[in-house]
Amino acid sequence: MARKDRMAKPAKMLLNVPAIQADFPILKRTVRDKRLVYLDSAATSQKPKQVIEATSDYYSRYNANVHRAIYELGEESTREYEGAREKVADFIHAKSASEIAFTKSTTESINVIAYGYGLKGKLQKGDEILGTVMEHHSNHVPWHFVKDHKGAVLKYVDVADDGTLKMEQYDDLLTRHTKIVTVTLCSNVLGTINPVKEIAKRAHEVGAVCVVDAAQAAPHMPIDVQSLDADFLAFSGHKMLGPTGIGVLYGKAELLEETEPLLGGGEMIREVHLGWAKWNDVPYKFEGGTPNIAGAIGLGVAVDYLTKLGMDAVRAHEMEVTQYALEKFDRLKGVTTYGPKDVKKRAGVVSFTIEGAHPHDIASILDVEGICIRSGHHCAQPLMERFDLPATARASFYIYNDLDDVDALIAGIKRVQEVFA
Amino acid sequence: MAVSYEMYQEQILDHYKHPRNKGSLPGATKNARDTNPLCGDEVVLHLKVDGSDRIADVRFEGQGCAISQASASMLTTIVKGMSLGDATALDRDAILKKLGIPLSAVRLKCALLSLHVLKVALGPKPDVSK
Repeated sequence: MARKDRMAKPAKMLLNVPAIQADFPILKRTVRDKRLVYLDSAATSQKPKQVIEATSDYYSRYNANVHRAIYELGEESTREYEGAREKVADFIHAKSASEIAFTKSTTESINVIAYGYGLKGKLQKGDEILGTVMEHHSNHVPWHFVKDHKGAVLKYVDVADDGTLKMEQYDDLLTRHTKIVTVTLCSNVLGTINPVKEIAKRAHEVGAVCVVDAAQAAPHMPIDVQSLDADFLAFSGHKMLGPTGIGVLYGKAELLEETEPLLGGGEMIREVHLGWAKWNDVPYKFEGGTPNIAGAIGLGVAVDYLTKLGMDAVRAHEMEVTQYALEKFDRLKGVTTYGPKDVKKRAGVVSFTIEGAHPHDIASILDVEGICIRSGHHCAQPLMERFDLPATARASFYIYNDLDDVDALIAGIKRVQEVFA
Repeated sequence: MAVSYEMYQEQILDHYKHPRNKGSLPGATKNARDTNPLCGDEVVLHLKVDGSDRIADVRFEGQGCAISQASASMLTTIVKGMSLGDATALDRDAILKKLGIPLSAVRLKCALLSLHVLKVALGPKPDVSK
């Protein structure tokens, strides 16, 4: 029992988790009479009532299209929509709100960059795009398009066994032919936090631009695009307490000017004639069609919520929960975790496998206990191939998770081991 | 035991841990493979059909969850010795009855992967590799 004492839970967590939990209506529900233990925030986060109410409020009180309605409702909706853009800009420390375009997702944002800057931009046949093995499919496939339609050459930085990028290989692969470096700030499988500031710096030295996938980072740690010196950065609202269907594309002003729009239509034009049109200004040229107004407003409120907690505190809380989880995992026989062991180098995403039990069976059995985890290839098949894994189970933590949730997970894993013993 | 643990009844775990007819089959006359893209489950079936259109021998290979692999193992025990006509006529109910467990819509795909591979093996395009 002495060991158990060493693992005693801290008396007080860095965030007031019970107060946070009270803001999330879904956490009051049960699953088959069990308490809901939600450990799949890397897939999508739950939503606080403030965000739910803000979207409902838009539809109930001032629903009108933005940027064109010449009446009070339209002015209110435009003000709130543009206000959300300001909040997002502040959240990632962009120089100006005009560097923020709303999209539907990280995926759309990266596609805009790949299409508008890569495929339709200055890239020439033979120019190189340097990615990494640990990218999500959404930071792989858009670049395949650029290879297939423009003759760009794709190269990849490998991942070391400890889950970190092989930075010396990055240096080798980075040449004057490299025009785009694209990297995730945080791996959705390994939790690895990549040294993006250093990656961007070295990319700039050879004249390449650096594209950053921040889908797993923006919800969980402070982001400063100016300090990172990221040229483009993409993330989604739904993983950071916001609604689904709203994403963010950040780009340095001069690069957004050079980037062609992906969607043609209303909103994104200055003038249209038969057979030709002139684009609207940045960022509106990327927002063809009526945007997800409620989604943007909801995201703005999610940003308010996170800002009020403080992103440093959010990060510190998740480090604490992750540390506790990794220590608990370490004591389980027949269970392997992946990614850096040092919580300073990783986020609250813990992929694991259990000897003799397939990840889908792990997820099914945990589901019986009301525990939601992810299983599969996590849209990162090249990374799974790198580690020779058909699939893993993945638990991911957020602000509403506490050490009790980790305990429930560990107890569930022991239950899985009993079933497959 | 809670209701949903029924998915992991003894017979399922038995077939998962001790699969029947697992391995390669030299001299196989029909082979097929498919995967469940959602889970990454994989099932490969090898069939040896004799002169009287009977499945003289069968083996499966693959990897995946207990449901997909137990279902493949069970399927081999069903079709071994069966006429091609009867094997072609096998439907999902036959497999689900044999499994005898409650399945969610998602896990149904795991359970029926091996039957799908059998249909491909017996169908007009016997060699499918994705």
